[in-house]
Amino acid sequence: MKRADRPFEFFTASYITRIDNQRAQTLGELRNGLEHCSDASIFYHTFQSLGRYHFLTEGFSNDLAQWVLASLNRPRLAEQLGALDIRGYVDLGRLRHDLISTVEEFLHLHPKAAEVEAFEPFYFCSSAEVLVPLGWEAWTLAEFRHYLERIGHAAFHFHFLVSRLRLQLQSNDFSVWFKDGLGLDRLARLTERIDITTDTIDGAKARLLKLVDRELAA
Amino acid sequence: MTPSTLTASRLMQLDDYAPIIGVQEVDDLRALAGRLAGRTVQMVNSTAVGGGVAEILNRVIPLMQELGLVPRWDVITGGNDFFEITKAFHNALHGGPYESRPHDFETFLAYSEQNRRRFPFDSEFTVIHDPQPLALIDARPPGKNHWLWRCHIDLSHPNLRVWDFLRPFVCRYDGALFSSPSFSRQLPIPQYLFFPCIDPLSDKNRELEPCQVEEVAQRFGIDTDRPVLTQISRFDRLKDPVGVIHAYQIVKRYADCQLVLAGGSATDDPEGAEVLVEVRKAAANDPDVHIIDLPPWSAIEINALQRASTIVIQKSLREGFGLTVAEALWKKKAVVASAVGGIPAQVIHKHTGMLAHSVEGTAYQIRFLLSHPSLAQRLGEQGHDHVLEHFLITSNVRRYLALFLHHDSHGRS
Repeated sequence: MKRADRPFEFFTASYITRIDNQRAQTLGELRNGLEHCSDASIFYHTFQSLGRYHFLTEGFSNDLAQWVLASLNRPRLAEQLGALDIRGYVDLGRLRHDLISTVEEFLHLHPKAAEVEAFEPFYFCSSAEVLVPLGWEAWTLAEFRHYLERIGHAAFHFHFLVSRLRLQLQSNDFSVWFKDGLGLDRLARLTERIDITTDTIDGAKARLLKLVDRELAA
Repeated sequence: MTPSTLTASRLMQLDDYAPIIGVQEVDDLRALAGRLAGRTVQMVNSTAVGGGVAEILNRVIPLMQELGLVPRWDVITGGNDFFEITKAFHNALHGGPYESRPHDFETFLAYSEQNRRRFPFDSEFTVIHDPQPLALIDARPPGKNHWLWRCHIDLSHPNLRVWDFLRPFVCRYDGALFSSPSFSRQLPIPQYLFFPCIDPLSDKNRELEPCQVEEVAQRFGIDTDRPVLTQISRFDRLKDPVGVIHAYQIVKRYADCQLVLAGGSATDDPEGAEVLVEVRKAAANDPDVHIIDLPPWSAIEINALQRASTIVIQKSLREGFGLTVAEALWKKKAVVASAVGGIPAQVIHKHTGMLAHSVEGTAYQIRFLLSHPSLAQRLGEQGHDHVLEHFLITSNVRRYLALFLHHDSHGRS
């Protein structure tokens, strides 16, 4: 079995949520808030919300879409905000731009909506990441599989989704190691195709385990 | 350990939680705690028994100990005059009126000074709970320690006289922890979202045998063959029990259901007794309305009543965090609740339950769920997952560990 030049090191990530001194009571305020909030806040309400609510697979994609639906009763805009696929973003500036554009386009068509008060305000939050190595290193695909089965939601979310921002690539830590560490280009590609936005973390992890098992059996 | 340091009444081991949260989560907790091994933590509050804070600390302290930290828990003391003042502060911070009496603030500070001398304050991480011990920040020694204020109450509309007195103390902490973003204030220090939690192994939440549930239901005359709508809460106007009856009366036109209103505080609280009379009057002798005045030691009964329910209601007009919602979700119950206080954090509308804003809306959501049982089941299951992820005692410990590590690496603010 091929041994990688460098091991895959598993980390777990914990996030603490900061309540920022910024809130929106209307769609107009949400638009302004999106312009001025921190990158950490954009991350929290998009990438992080997918991790926090990974067990919801139907009709939930991010905090912004959920607030627009539940507190402003604007299903069309909620769908549009929810349809932004965060896997396509490798930097938060681009994601912020697209979120603002989506809200602006809606307000252009429905200018009166800008001032309608929501049932509940939207509170801008952000998260701080605390990373800790689990002390598990995999040098081979078999070792990788062993530890993959043992990691929790936080570690999977960190390596599979958050890694896109860190790597600035439309990829993930697993695929990068499969390709660069083990020369398994096909496994890397198939891993990139796993759609975490329409699955739970457990579901995505099960798919990856299946792919790894197939590779090990080949 | 000092004589004043309390020990937990019941030691639950971390591994006891593994079948519930998964061994992976336990591994994560151990990995995080490994970075904090031997570090000292001090929790300070105002009561050793009774109330949600003491209940949580009773569980958190032994778990931190097992994870290799060195925690201590100290309880401040004071005379009746001190606790009368802090009770008045508490109500005022919740937005109630405050009738200032001469020397209130001086008395508060004098007792804080006494408590400052009672305990050592040499821990690396000190967490002060609620306003009663807030002024202990004066005891902060110089050096690399971290002081955090955990505010369990809703500060969104405080009486400004009291808040203006307390705010300078708050601003001297390294961070403030709130149960909901809506409870926070504009402050110059970092504010963190820090949910309260339930213990899945406590009598109120642990699994019960179906026969235990049936026994409790029978004891209270509840027919489990017909839908049961339940609200568990004190007989308090802010919990709107009369509104719940009106919602039930609307639903009853369409579905043969029963209503259970179970709670305490009626015997020793004059207002509770008054509300109970109003509730009985609104129920108008309907045999399908079960009004149950529970004594404080009714954890198993509450657990069974929640499990016997088809839908759990929390139609509060104002709410703290409303952990009864998390309790119901943990039992995979469909929940219809008001969008107030900490409830929207627990009930994600149409995903982990239904939010409502009126009697009619509550009735409509109940009718909808009664006629769509598969949706009710899905909401309950997703609600359970939501609690598993965010509102269990183990998540609370994880949040503390992450917070300590974060502050440790970022220094004092």
